[in-house]
Amino acid sequence: MLLNHTTSKIVERKALTVNPAKTCQPIGAMYAALGIHGCLPHSHGSQGCCSYHRSTLTRHYKEPVMAATSSFTEGSSVFGGQANLLQAITNIFTIYEPDIIAVHSTCLSETIGDDLGQIVSKAASDGKIPEGKHVIQAPTPSYVGSHVTGYANMLEGIVKYFAKKSDSLKNQLNILSGWVEPSDMRELKRILKLMKVKNVLLPDTSDVLDSPMNGKFEMYPKGGTTIPEMVSMGDSLHTLALGEWATEKAAINLDNQCKVKFSIQDLPIGIQATDRFIQSLAKLGSVSVPESINDERGRLIDVITDMHQYLYGKRVALWGDPDQLIPLAEFLVDMDMKPVYIVSGTPGKTFEKRMEKILSKSVPEAKYKNGANADMLLMHQWIKENPVDLLIGNTYGKYISRDEKIPFVRMGFPIIDRVGHSYFPTLGYMGGLRILEKILSVLMDQQDATCPEESFELVM
Amino acid sequence: MVKKLDITQGLPDPSKVMDEIMAKYPTKIAKKRQKSLVVNDPAEGKEIQANVRTIPGIITQRGCTYAGCKGVVLGPTRDIINLVHGPIGCSFYAWLTRRNQTRPAEGEDNFITYSFSTDIQDSNIVFGGEAKLKDAVREAFEIFKPKAIGIFSTCPVGLIGDDVHSVSREMKEELGINIFGFSCEGYRGVSQSAGHHIANNGVFKNVIGNNNRDRIGKFQINLLGEYNIGGDAFELERLFDEAGITLLSTFSGNSTIESMEYAHTADLNLIMCHRSINYIAEMMEEKYGIPWVKVSFIGAEGSAKALRKVAEYFDDAELSAKVEEIIEREMKKVEVVREAVKAKTEGKLAMMFVGGSRAHHYQDLFSEIGVTTVSAGYEFAHRDDYEGRDVIPSIKIDADTRNIEDLTVEKDLELYREDLAVKKEKLLKNGYEFSNYDGMMPEMKKNSLVIDDINHWETEKLIEYYKPDIFCAGIKEKYVVQKSGVPLKQLHSYDYGGPYAGFEGAINFYLEMERMLCTRIWKMVTTPWKTDPEIVGSFAINE
Repeated sequence: MLLNHTTSKIVERKALTVNPAKTCQPIGAMYAALGIHGCLPHSHGSQGCCSYHRSTLTRHYKEPVMAATSSFTEGSSVFGGQANLLQAITNIFTIYEPDIIAVHSTCLSETIGDDLGQIVSKAASDGKIPEGKHVIQAPTPSYVGSHVTGYANMLEGIVKYFAKKSDSLKNQLNILSGWVEPSDMRELKRILKLMKVKNVLLPDTSDVLDSPMNGKFEMYPKGGTTIPEMVSMGDSLHTLALGEWATEKAAINLDNQCKVKFSIQDLPIGIQATDRFIQSLAKLGSVSVPESINDERGRLIDVITDMHQYLYGKRVALWGDPDQLIPLAEFLVDMDMKPVYIVSGTPGKTFEKRMEKILSKSVPEAKYKNGANADMLLMHQWIKENPVDLLIGNTYGKYISRDEKIPFVRMGFPIIDRVGHSYFPTLGYMGGLRILEKILSVLMDQQDATCPEESFELVM
Repeated sequence: MVKKLDITQGLPDPSKVMDEIMAKYPTKIAKKRQKSLVVNDPAEGKEIQANVRTIPGIITQRGCTYAGCKGVVLGPTRDIINLVHGPIGCSFYAWLTRRNQTRPAEGEDNFITYSFSTDIQDSNIVFGGEAKLKDAVREAFEIFKPKAIGIFSTCPVGLIGDDVHSVSREMKEELGINIFGFSCEGYRGVSQSAGHHIANNGVFKNVIGNNNRDRIGKFQINLLGEYNIGGDAFELERLFDEAGITLLSTFSGNSTIESMEYAHTADLNLIMCHRSINYIAEMMEEKYGIPWVKVSFIGAEGSAKALRKVAEYFDDAELSAKVEEIIEREMKKVEVVREAVKAKTEGKLAMMFVGGSRAHHYQDLFSEIGVTTVSAGYEFAHRDDYEGRDVIPSIKIDADTRNIEDLTVEKDLELYREDLAVKKEKLLKNGYEFSNYDGMMPEMKKNSLVIDDINHWETEKLIEYYKPDIFCAGIKEKYVVQKSGVPLKQLHSYDYGGPYAGFEGAINFYLEMERMLCTRIWKMVTTPWKTDPEIVGSFAINE
C-alpha cells in the first residue's frame, strides 16, 4: 500500500495539512503571466520559489517555462529586496529582452514588507525600464488563498496596468479565462469564432505552452494576449469572466477603472455551464447561435444517452479548484452520477453555497469542504469509510487509485504523469465529450479487468 | 543538417564564444560571470569561482536552501515525518517529486508518499506560528505515530522568528519521540548547498549515535550521498550484499531513521555525492574515528574501482576474491552491451550542467561509450568539487557561508575507533587515499569549458556553438534545450528511468544513450516541403 497510514478514523485537525489540494499563490501568477505575449514572469523572492514553480509547470506542460528570480539572500531579507529587483529588471531587459516583465511577490518579500509598486516606480524613475517596455506587478503572498488567488491577482495586475479607456467604444467582449489549459483557451477562441463574437481573451496560453517542435527555441512564443489587445480591453462592451475565483478581481478592476460592466460565470464545463456561456455570448454579442454549436451540444447529449447505464448512480470523489469543481459537479449530476466527496484547499465562502445548490437534492449524502484542512487525506479517509467508483483530480490521485483500486480520470493541476491536457480541451460541449469519454473508458476498463469471466462482455 | 564541431584535433579554444556571451552582459555582470567560466587546462589547474550569489534576473538553475535540506538530504528517509512549517507551497512542491525510491518491509512505516505542512496563514505571520506548529506536531503524532519528526523552517517563519528548535525540544519532551528542527529558510546561503550543510548538522546532532547497536557484520560500511534516485541504491545494496559487505546506513536513499542512529558503528564511510554530505563524513571521523573515502559508482569502471577500494581497506583475502569474482562476472555483461552501444555513439558530444557531483560522475559513463564531454559545470558546488579538496584552505569564506553553522565536533572518548585510526595510518603509508577528492576539472579535457551556475543565456549560446548531441541538466532546462533540437537527459530525475549506478546501472545508461542518440524523430523535425522545390503553391484548387 502506498498510503499505508491512511485509515478511516478521522481525527479533527486544526493545524496539520496532509496531502494538500492546493498550492501557493506565486505559481498561479507565473502561469497567468505566461499567457500574455512577450512576457517574462519574475519571482521576487528566494530562488527556490521560482525553481519550484518552473519545475511544476514544466512537468505539467512538458514545455519550456521561462521565468526569472530576485535570488534573495539573507542580506536582502534583512535590508529589503529593492536592490535585487532593480538589478533583475536591468539584467532581464538587457539579456533577455522581453516586452513585459511580470513581477509577483512571494511570502518572503511580503513578510519583509517590500512594496512592488514602489520598487517598480523607482525602476521607472531611475530609467531602468527601456522605452516601450513594461514592468507589471502583482502581490501574491503565499500564506493567503491558494495558487488560484495568485492567478487572480496577476490577472488583476495585468488589466490594471494595460487596460485604458479611450473615447471610442470597441465592438468586442473581454473574455477573462479562469485557470484552464492552453487547449481550453484554444477551444474558447474556436467557440467565439463560431459564434462570430469579437473578443479579447485574457490570458491566452495557447501557442505558448503547447508550442511545436521545429528545432528552434523561442523564448517568447507566438501566443499570448498582445499589448494592443490588453490596452483595448478598457474600451470593450462588456467583460465575461469565466470562473469566480480566478477572474472576479480583474473583472471588477476593469469596471472600476474603465467602466466596463461585467458578468461572472462558471467555466463552461459540461452541459449547463456551457449552455450559460453560449447564451451569454449570444446576448452580449447580439448574435445567434450557429447550427454547428447546436450539433456539438447534440453530440454530447447523444453519447450520454447512449452510455447512460455505465454512468448512472456512480459515486465520484473530486478534488481541485472551485472554478472547475463547481461546473464539473453539476455536469456529473446531469449525467446522473453522484459526486459524493469534494475537497478543495482553495478557500472561499461561495463554494459551499454553490455545492449545496447543485447537490442537496440529487446527492444529499455528498460531503464537501474547502479551505483549511480540506486536503486529500480527508477525502481519502471519507473514501475509506465508504468507497467511490471513480476519482477525478490531479496526478496525486494515482496513489489513492492504486491503493483502493478505483478508476481515475486526471483533471486539474498538476497533471505530471500523462499528456493530453495541453492538446485536448475539457471546456465547451466538445470538452464535455472528452471528459465523458475518459470517464467511460476508465469505468469500462475496470469492468473488463475485474468482472467474472462469464460476464465478460464483447459489446458494451 | 548542422555542421558538427570538429574535435578530432582536440577541443577548440572556446574563448570566442565566451566573449560573445560576455558581450551581452552589463559590464558589472560580465566581470562577475567571467570568473565562473573557465577554459580547462588540467595541467595548469585553474581556479573557478563557485558557491557565490546568483545574479538577480539571470535565469538560474538553482533552487533554495530548503530544497537542499528537506528535498535532498532528509526527503529519502521513509519513516520520519518531514513537517514543513510554512505556507503550503514549500511542502507541496517537494511532495514526491525527487524520485527517492524506498522499499519498506511489510508493516514498516513509509511517509514518503505524504506531504505534511502547517499551511500557515496571514494571521500566523502577524501573531506567530509556533502555537500552530505545536498543534500540527501533536496532530501528526496522534494520527501517524511516527518514530521521529523533522521540522523544516521556511522563509516567512524564519523572518517572523518562529523557533523550530525550541518547539522541537518541547514537543520531544511532551511526546517522547525524536523531534528536531532545521533552520533551512530558503534565503540562507546561495543555493541548495547551504541546505545540505544544515541537514548534515541536524542529522549529526540529533540522530547519528543514538543507537550503539552491536556489530552485525565483519565489514561494516555506510554509503553517504546516495539518494536512491531511480533505484541506484538498490543496485549498490545488491553488490555489497553479495560481496559480504554490511551496508549499515545509506544517507539517505532507501533509509530508515534507525539505520542512521547506528551509522557510527561502521568501519568506513564511502562518499558518493561529495558536495551534499562530506560534512557528516568529516564529523564522523572527528568524533568516532571512522575514515572516509570518495568513490563513484557511476560508470562500470568506477564501480569496479570503488569495490576494490573497499576490499583493499578491509584487507581480507576472502573479501577481495569475492569482489574480483563479482567484478569479472558483471564486467562481462557490461562489455557486451558497451561494445554494441559504443559502435553507435562513439564520437558524439555531450554537455552537462547539474548538481554537485553528477556533472562529474556522468562524464565517466559517457566516456565508456566514446562520448566526449565538451562542457560541464555544477549548479551548486564549491571550488573543491571542481578543483579538488586541496584548495579548501584557500577558499575565501564569505558572509553567505558564514551564516551556516559549522559544528565543533569533539572526539567521543568512549566510542572513538583507535583501531581504525591505526589502520588508516598504515594504509596511507601504502599510498591508499583517504579523505580526498580531486574534483571534476583535473579529469576533463584541455579546452573543455567549465561553468559554474550556468544560466539560460549561456546555455543557449553554448548549444549554438557546440551543437552537442546530448545535453544533461534538469527539468527546467529539458524542453528549452529539446526545442533547439538537442535531446536532454535529466540527471536529477533520470527522466523517470534508472538505475544508473553500479554495473546494471551502467548497462541501463548505455542503452538509454543508444535510444536517445540514435532516435529517428529528431530527423523529422524539418518539414519535407521546406526543401522541396516541387511545392511552390502557384495556384490553389480550394477557395
